[in-house]
Amino acid sequence: MTSDTATVTPVLQGKSLVKTFGRVVGLDGADIEMYPGEVLAVVGDNGAGKSTLIKCFSGAHVPDSGEMYVMGKKVSFQSTHEARQGGVETVFQTLAVAPALDIASNLYLGREVRKPGFLGQVFRTLDKKAMREQSAQHLKNLGISTLQNITQAVETLSGGQRQAVAVARCAAFGSKVIILDEPTAALGVNESARVLKMIQDLRDRGLSVILISHNMPQVFEVADRIHVARLGKRAAVVTPRSHSMNDVVAIMTGAMTVPEEEQALGPVR
Amino acid sequence: MSNPSTGTADLAEGFLERRTPLQRVQGVLHKYPYLSPLIVLVVAIIIFYLLNDRFLLPQNISFVTQQTVIVGTLAIAQTLVILTAGIDLSIGAIMVFSQMLMANMAVSATAANVLPIAGQSPYLAILLGIIAAIAAGSLNGFLIVRFNLPPFIVTLGTLSIFSALTLILFKARTIQGGEMPDVMRYLGQTFKIGEFQLLYGVIVMVIMYVIFGYILKNTAWGMHIYAVGDDPNAAELSGISTKRVLFSVYLVSGLIIGIAGWITIGRVGSASPNVDPLINLDTITAVVIGGTSLFGGRGTLLGTLIGAFIITVVENGLSLAGLDQAYRVLAVGILVILAVATDQWIRKVKA
Repeated sequence: MTSDTATVTPVLQGKSLVKTFGRVVGLDGADIEMYPGEVLAVVGDNGAGKSTLIKCFSGAHVPDSGEMYVMGKKVSFQSTHEARQGGVETVFQTLAVAPALDIASNLYLGREVRKPGFLGQVFRTLDKKAMREQSAQHLKNLGISTLQNITQAVETLSGGQRQAVAVARCAAFGSKVIILDEPTAALGVNESARVLKMIQDLRDRGLSVILISHNMPQVFEVADRIHVARLGKRAAVVTPRSHSMNDVVAIMTGAMTVPEEEQALGPVR
Repeated sequence: MSNPSTGTADLAEGFLERRTPLQRVQGVLHKYPYLSPLIVLVVAIIIFYLLNDRFLLPQNISFVTQQTVIVGTLAIAQTLVILTAGIDLSIGAIMVFSQMLMANMAVSATAANVLPIAGQSPYLAILLGIIAAIAAGSLNGFLIVRFNLPPFIVTLGTLSIFSALTLILFKARTIQGGEMPDVMRYLGQTFKIGEFQLLYGVIVMVIMYVIFGYILKNTAWGMHIYAVGDDPNAAELSGISTKRVLFSVYLVSGLIIGIAGWITIGRVGSASPNVDPLINLDTITAVVIGGTSLFGGRGTLLGTLIGAFIITVVENGLSLAGLDQAYRVLAVGILVILAVATDQWIRKVKA
């Protein structure tokens, strides 16, 4: 699965994806490539198709046509569950955490661990102790130190802490790609800084991160490459070094086009 | 820590743990939702004992547990449903339908409509009654999941449907205990532990509380019930099939209702279409007083058991104190409103 611009296999690739909702066009032949260990920002105006594009990979939407590849293997995700099993984890804007459940239960929600042996097989007893210990370990590995009490209900946490739980849940299970949908939209300055730090930490651990954001300064701070969506297609892929924020906004609105040879279609890291 | 990405606070550290006594109470109640009903129950028992010391005699305690068995068992089903942020108004109607079916199957002289299938072995009759209740619960679940209808409306409909079916099929005839084989009334028999007269039905109820308490707390299915009631979208995005969880909850609640039907025949000593018409509301009352949130995702079965006992204790205690039945209704009404108000307050808890 090598494209003409790259020798590295993309961890995640989409080819001419189309998705319509009744008479509304979400994706109109969109392409995307992401390479190992990079932060790819996906930006675009409202209705440019960035959320739709991402939701195809997280399993929330099924594209009408086009091809999707994860680690060079063709996939067709029918549900978020299948996407997770395929190694693509998504932190949705709504975070998808159960407020009344504790942190450990949330990390393991939908993939609970049973006790070994008779208790687990016959009585289907959950191994709460193991889940708690491993949750604490995952949080520690991710450098999240603000969550001390793993049995605390998520609803008692601040916005940034909830985000941390949601990200930890994605990062904890050996996934290859993590998609973050507007992770800082509801956060203050300090908490946003923490989440951005977390994104960089994830990349440093070798994960690939897709960041959907409206916030240009944040995008320019952490992204390796910037995928600009426009009218359901890919308008351009640039890097924070090659183009300025104004350029990106211009590409978003169609005021500027970038010739293909000036784009960053291959890996930059 | 001076690193802003990991540190919390340096100077304010000492204030973080500082909370007002009221916030502490709120926090504790949030963590243990069955505490407030437990306090109510204990206070009620003390008051009623002071009003009339016969209240705590073994005979009276035995009587109270016997009084609790029907609503207590049905309230397990109601708890499961309410935890998913649903409600089941048809519990009483399905229970009556199921026990009437059991009774009619087990006798040979019955209404013409069901005569061809009557006169079965009592075991088969009980089994079929329970299966009918499971089917009825599944019907609720199917309508709610398949057509995305609100549980309130669906179960309001099936409440009427099963009440009517009971009257149509069984011609509203009460089947007396003497007509039925003994097995049918088995759970209504008592045995003695010291001075206490315990109902076999109470044992069954307690076992069911233990089983379902275990399931809710220690299995993935139980976890998913809470998650679905808490935030169905989040549950779905976490890879939980919310529809499957919802359907299975209504199906399992049908099973519980069926067993409650058998217990009811024993407890009442006959099978009548008019047994306890208020039972529906009583199950909801028990669940709500027991600290389970009507908005779903929060609550315990232990709380429900306590809630069921509160209802019968208040009823029994007030009548022992020489007060009219109307005061019992009044007291329960006030308790329900207090319980919901407490729940709203507890939900606002912050760390």
